[in-house]
Amino acid sequence: MLKAGEQAPEFELFATPDQKIKLSELRGKKVILAFYPADWSPVCSDQLALYNETLKMFDKHNATILGISVDSKWCHLAFEQDRNLHFSLLSDFEPKGAVSKLYGVYNEEEGESKRALFVIDEEGQIAWSYVSPTAINPGADGILDALEELNVNK
Amino acid sequence: MSLKPAVTETDHRQGNGSASLTIVEYGDYQCPHCGKAHPVIKEILDTFGDQVLFVFRNFPLQESHPYATIAARATEAAALQDKYWEMHDAIFEFQSQLNEEFLFSLAERLELDLDQFREDITSAEVKEKVENDFESGVRSGVNGTPSFFVNDNKFDGDATDLFNVLKESGN
Repeated sequence: MLKAGEQAPEFELFATPDQKIKLSELRGKKVILAFYPADWSPVCSDQLALYNETLKMFDKHNATILGISVDSKWCHLAFEQDRNLHFSLLSDFEPKGAVSKLYGVYNEEEGESKRALFVIDEEGQIAWSYVSPTAINPGADGILDALEELNVNK
Repeated sequence: MSLKPAVTETDHRQGNGSASLTIVEYGDYQCPHCGKAHPVIKEILDTFGDQVLFVFRNFPLQESHPYATIAARATEAAALQDKYWEMHDAIFEFQSQLNEEFLFSLAERLELDLDQFREDITSAEVKEKVENDFESGVRSGVNGTPSFFVNDNKFDGDATDLFNVLKESGN
């Protein structure tokens, strides 16, 4: 997986059925990428439900969070609505898993993204990355520690 | 992962303040797993009595559980009238009936000053207490509810696992 200090590779993925997001559009903000295996699976839902509640804490650090999985944009839409999610889920759907592979967090065997986190600074450089065992929800403490460290090092 | 901040005077505590074993639960009043954990925690407290200090901190997942935050505030408002644990227990015991109206009927049953309760439940102080609990949980690595900490270290398991570990180490 890509490590701290490396430039975060550019990508463009669907965030809604008719709208794409480019990573470079978020330059000037910190970006949290949360790759996860699948919509609807129990551990992911807990993880995303947690981030849904910590948005305010991310916002204090001028940070935007994006979830990424190989699910389709319509699947994401249904999942977002069902879980009341207030942040975007990106569809790494076509070609399947291309962005996950680019970041070195694709699980070839399952055909899913690994459960991995990246914190990217305002200039698009990776400040922190972490891959969690698939069955374990990594929480938000590592993300917040990384965001805090970015503020200290300025 | 460890507890940040450690247990302080502002926490709601039950049991023996100088016990060698401190259990901290981060919980959500509308979370069914927390509801299931509640009688197990009671049993732990009954079994180990003076050997344990139990602390509850609020971790409402508001977007998943629409009554979680108001319930947490209700316990904090009850605490201002010295009825924290009574409210805490009552909400978990009647969890399936939880809604805003029900919290007020509990307040009435606990003979709280209802005008005061109504004022406190929306006060900045109570709101902040619940938010601070939540933030401390996030910073301590809480990733869902209930999450338990034993002597400041995150415990990997549910209340029943915790009870079993305590029983084994007690013998």
